[in-house]
Amino acid sequence: MSMIAPTIGTNEEAYLSQVERVKRKSRLKSFFKGMLFLLPSIILFSVFVFYPMFQTIYLSFFLTNAQGATTVFVGWENYKALFVDPIFLKSVKNTFLFVFLTVPPTVIISFALAVIANEKLKGIGFFRTIFSSTMGVSVAAASVFWLYLFHPTMGLLNKILEAFGAGGIEWLTDPKWALLAVSMTTIWMNIGFTFLILLGGMQSIDSSLYESADIEGSGYFYKLRRITIPMLSPTFFFVITVSIIHSFQTFGQIDILTKGGPANETNLIVYSIYREAFVNYQFGSASAQAVVLFILILLMTALQFKLGERKVHYQ
Amino acid sequence: MSQIDLINIAKSYDKQKDVLNGIDLSIEEGEFFVLVGPSGSGKSTLLRMIAGLEEISGGVLKINGQTVNHLPPKDRNLSMVFQNYALYPHLSVKENILFGLKGRKVEKQEQMRRLHDAVEMLGLQDLLKRKPRELSGGQRQRVALGRAVVSHAPLCLMDEPLSNLDAKLRANMRVEIRRLQKKLGLTMVYVTHDQVEAMTMGDRIMVLNDGKIQQIGKPITLYNEPENLFVASFIGSPKINLGSAVFSENAKHLIIEDELHIPVDPAVFHHIPKDRKLTVGIRAEHLEPCLAKKENMYKLEAVNVEQLGNETLIAFEVGSELWTAKWPGQWQIEFGQKVLVQMKPENLLFFDADSGELIKSAELETSQGAVTV
Repeated sequence: MSMIAPTIGTNEEAYLSQVERVKRKSRLKSFFKGMLFLLPSIILFSVFVFYPMFQTIYLSFFLTNAQGATTVFVGWENYKALFVDPIFLKSVKNTFLFVFLTVPPTVIISFALAVIANEKLKGIGFFRTIFSSTMGVSVAAASVFWLYLFHPTMGLLNKILEAFGAGGIEWLTDPKWALLAVSMTTIWMNIGFTFLILLGGMQSIDSSLYESADIEGSGYFYKLRRITIPMLSPTFFFVITVSIIHSFQTFGQIDILTKGGPANETNLIVYSIYREAFVNYQFGSASAQAVVLFILILLMTALQFKLGERKVHYQ
Repeated sequence: MSQIDLINIAKSYDKQKDVLNGIDLSIEEGEFFVLVGPSGSGKSTLLRMIAGLEEISGGVLKINGQTVNHLPPKDRNLSMVFQNYALYPHLSVKENILFGLKGRKVEKQEQMRRLHDAVEMLGLQDLLKRKPRELSGGQRQRVALGRAVVSHAPLCLMDEPLSNLDAKLRANMRVEIRRLQKKLGLTMVYVTHDQVEAMTMGDRIMVLNDGKIQQIGKPITLYNEPENLFVASFIGSPKINLGSAVFSENAKHLIIEDELHIPVDPAVFHHIPKDRKLTVGIRAEHLEPCLAKKENMYKLEAVNVEQLGNETLIAFEVGSELWTAKWPGQWQIEFGQKVLVQMKPENLLFFDADSGELIKSAELETSQGAVTV
């Protein structure tokens, strides 16, 4: 026995190193295979996301000519100028105000609609279609539609106000109302998507939870508060995150409804970037604004994940 | 306390074919009543109709003599345990158990008292702060039972509560549920597709198939005197051995599967119509090993042998059927070996081959009574 043991030992070592070699080879192979599967999205992301992103960061350190070619390297000057520019600061403030005006109402209204549409009633499919239909309306079409509603003399909104004896409102030209008007449009447009996601989330809640609560004698609002809302928390989290990002990036309705006016009241960051780049041809400072927006959204989302994670119940 | 009457209950969806039809049934107070049947037989639907989760399409449902067809679940004063336990994933065990009481606005002190009792009874003391996902299957099951216990409802409905547990745990929970039911004096309606569960737990069993009652009775009655072929083959493990049979022309022999010729003993066979196609059945324990007596012996070929340690299951080929014999003890039998098997004619069950109805059940040997001290 003791005579044979050493030979087995060396054999074992040789065998183990061979196993190690084979393992390494198969790891390498599966890495390349994985990369091959990722390749299409890596290419697409590189061309349409990563390259523009780095180009933007690069541009933000330069002054440019009207064609967007870099002329002078200015370092952090573009950024420094931004933070003393009252128009940009106002656009940041307005953007936050806009997010606050659009996201909570969108989520609350959509949730209310989803609760109603989740009832098993005859013809509920019709209402579900209607409630989610704004998802299929393009920003441009919706904006033009609301442009007519907001029209100071012919607009339906003012007609209604007049019918109640109140004076008409200059929705899009009164600095007090303009941001609110744009917010209303945005809420209306976002409800479709938010409603659909929330309804989907609601329908995936196990029905036996409600049945069990029914048998135990729980009331309607007790079930809503103790079952529906907590079970829907991951969906809420998703919807709120997406809505906030979406609101930060609002552009189309501003361009069509107010063009940033009156008095820059509706000049949100993305519109400000657009104006800086394609009206003032200041690509450098526009890029700097874009980078600031990127960081803002990143911070907001990170903050949300930090705060939200504790409150969200995943199954 | 609680007694349930179902009078001609029926269920159909969208006025289509009936899922359940003509269910007449009385469940006594304090009884452990088991609804058993294969999947799709309508047993869960029936339970949900009793609970009020499913509308009753026809007939009358009475609880304690009162018609409750129109009452919502919460007014029927019952509790229910679901197959997936229906625990709230975002609430702790304690909150899960108290969910219904809080919803009903039961007094705080009373809540705590009931919680304490239930927790003690089910051994959940150390788990109160946990979330359902941190519990094992058996623990979740106990929390679900706890919810039923704190409701203090006299009637408890269970919908396949053990089907998500492994075999060993299932056997434990069977005993636990049974003890709980007796201790609290609950009237229990228990749905299962597992005939072993039905046999071991039920005071009475109802076998359901295709929305129709097949038989209602004590477990042992269902085993000994199944009213039809369905009940016979559904109840009992291993399954009852069945074979088609006819009498020979001179009525001297009963021929099973064209293979076994059984001499007709007038004492046993006198009630059985000689001119009809029959199906005979015999329980696995009645295909006995041939020991002393040399009558009623048949030579059969063993095609499979399962050693269980305390008993041996031997499969024989009889015509087109595979019959199983259950012999106590350990038997060394080779595959393909011809084995002598004793089959007494009085142990045979006779069914009408066309209608499936029972003609004659096995003659019971005097059953063994326990010695009471």
